Amino acid sequence: MDWTFRGDQPIYAQLISRIKQGIVSGDLPPGSRLPSVRDLATEAGVNPNTMQRALQELEREGMVYSQRTAGRFVTEDVHLIEGAKRAFAAEHIRVFLEGMGKLGYGRGEILALLQEEKEDAHGNSGM
Amino acid sequence: MAILECKNLSKHYGKVAALEGVDLSIEPGRVVGLLGPNGSGKTTFIKLVNGLLTPTAGEVFIEGAKPGPASKALVAYLPDRDFLADWMTVEQQIRFFADFYKDFDPEKAREMMARLGIDPAQRFKTLSKGTREKVQLILVMSRKARLYLLDEPIGGVDPATRDFILDTIIRNYNPEAAVIISTHLISDVESVLDEVIFLKEGRVLLHEAADSIRETQGTSVDRYFREVFKC
Repeated sequence: MDWTFRGDQPIYAQLISRIKQGIVSGDLPPGSRLPSVRDLATEAGVNPNTMQRALQELEREGMVYSQRTAGRFVTEDVHLIEGAKRAFAAEHIRVFLEGMGKLGYGRGEILALLQEEKEDAHGNSGM
Repeated sequence: MAILECKNLSKHYGKVAALEGVDLSIEPGRVVGLLGPNGSGKTTFIKLVNGLLTPTAGEVFIEGAKPGPASKALVAYLPDRDFLADWMTVEQQIRFFADFYKDFDPEKAREMMARLGIDPAQRFKTLSKGTREKVQLILVMSRKARLYLLDEPIGGVDPATRDFILDTIIRNYNPEAAVIISTHLISDVESVLDEVIFLKEGRVLLHEAADSIRETQGTSVDRYFREVFKC
């Protein structure tokens, strides 16, 4: 995972988002065991307390759960994971539409451009 | 109980106040950035805490006790300059530390030196500046102390060495111990800090959680520092 941080957001919030992305992308599969707080903190180059806070928040949201002796695991609730994925997608779309709006594109033009892009991709990659 | 507590801690040199009325307390398990421009009192503060200086006014307590032989057994101090006898070899220094400090783990130190490819038979004075800094940090971090005072641990080292130093601090994290890192290179250490203390002209300007600064100011601690200390 990529662990670079933006300055304008709390690090724990960025950690939550990064780990969630790992879960929805399947890098961290449902039911898999997470590394220890210390190992995750070392990998990310962050304070272990900050990592702990992020994991506790993910636990509160149900994305991960802990078993007292065995450690922390990714949820097996695929609906929850799908929901998180949709939330990421909605955010990407919002940012995209906002950017296109600033360029002066309306919804119809955006859809046309996307369609064109899709055809290009088909043509270029031979998919 | 707080590991470190300061009450109205002040140090004057003649008419110059190097530190003035510092009140603060540091809890175990915290990694604290002591941040301030050159001459803001960072080193003076650290020297008062480990008993190298005596306060002009006010008090400092380490686990409830004033600085002295008992507190020195609890405090691991990395000065901002070379502090080891340079004619010794790295291995001799490891043994020297083992003689001095009950909480020193020589195997841990040897293992970290080996990981960095530092030859224990080499004399300290023949090492490069960066390697000397690594050796000193390894010795200090190989103690199982309650309070680590690191004075400018990342000043003047290359980015790879800086990463090693920060990595070592995270790896050695102990919920029973507190770490104070003094520096003006804030962006480099930001992500490992729980709390930050801004020192300005010997006074505490701010003592806050690092993430809470990012949350309330909407900017990194580094950017915020630059705003506060704009010349």
